[in-house]
Amino acid sequence: MDANVKGESTPMKNPTTVERKSEREVVVTRTFDCPARLVFQAWTTAELFRRWWVPKSAGLNLISCEMDVRVGGGYRLVFRIDASNTMAFFGKYLDVTPHSRLVWTNEEGGEGGPITTVTFEEKEGKTLLVMSELHPSKEALDASIGSTDGMGETFDQLDELLVTLGAA
Amino acid sequence: MVQYDSARLDASFAAISDATRRGVLAQLGRGDASISDLAEKFHMTVTGMKKHVGVLENAGLVTTEKIGRVRTCRLGPRRLEEEMAWLEAYRQLWAARFDELDDVLEELKRKETADGRKRER
Repeated sequence: MDANVKGESTPMKNPTTVERKSEREVVVTRTFDCPARLVFQAWTTAELFRRWWVPKSAGLNLISCEMDVRVGGGYRLVFRIDASNTMAFFGKYLDVTPHSRLVWTNEEGGEGGPITTVTFEEKEGKTLLVMSELHPSKEALDASIGSTDGMGETFDQLDELLVTLGAA
Repeated sequence: MVQYDSARLDASFAAISDATRRGVLAQLGRGDASISDLAEKFHMTVTGMKKHVGVLENAGLVTTEKIGRVRTCRLGPRRLEEEMAWLEAYRQLWAARFDELDDVLEELKRKETADGRKRER
């Protein structure tokens, strides 16, 4: 609530955890210090969503964000990669249960893409968010771990790892 | 975060200095395979392929498991390190998103409190 005097005195952030739950599933968990309806609102209102979905550190420019949040409705995010290239992520909502559950498909890679499920669970004014990405097969998840699209930061890190390996 | 000892790095480097072994790694990246499958794919004898797989195994790049009469090869623990690096990068992406989401939520909370006060007359 108080304005930060210095950048580094930012109040403690709640931890984000990531786990490969199974051969086909990756799960992200995080608690937010506010009621589920607000978290849900921030996930389902395009003007709010676009403010946080692209972290500043990712260096990506989100040029449009359309969300028709209802069962069967579609969403479409378009990023500018450079002067002549854009990249779109799109799919449709399979479940929209206000304040508690969102499920959508990820179809930019063709049919049979991963299914994203987000649940919002409120407890004593805080919200536990669990996001699962379920891939159609182990191979599909492995391929996404090994692929190079969509996650610049990821692959800079992998590059570093490979340089470490190669430099010895 | 992940540490490498130099003996193991030497082994890795030697292992991937050979074109056939790099081919075997690429092949196993697409799916597990038996020594005889690999031998056939790379047009060599089973004995020759066993040697290559042995070198990859010593470097931790491949693991093998004998089930019945078939020895199946798959990408080894090095692959796990790559996966850990990916998961960590994925976590950082989400942590960065969620930290910004906190700011959005803080603003919604403030707005709600302000609206609530107005409604209280």
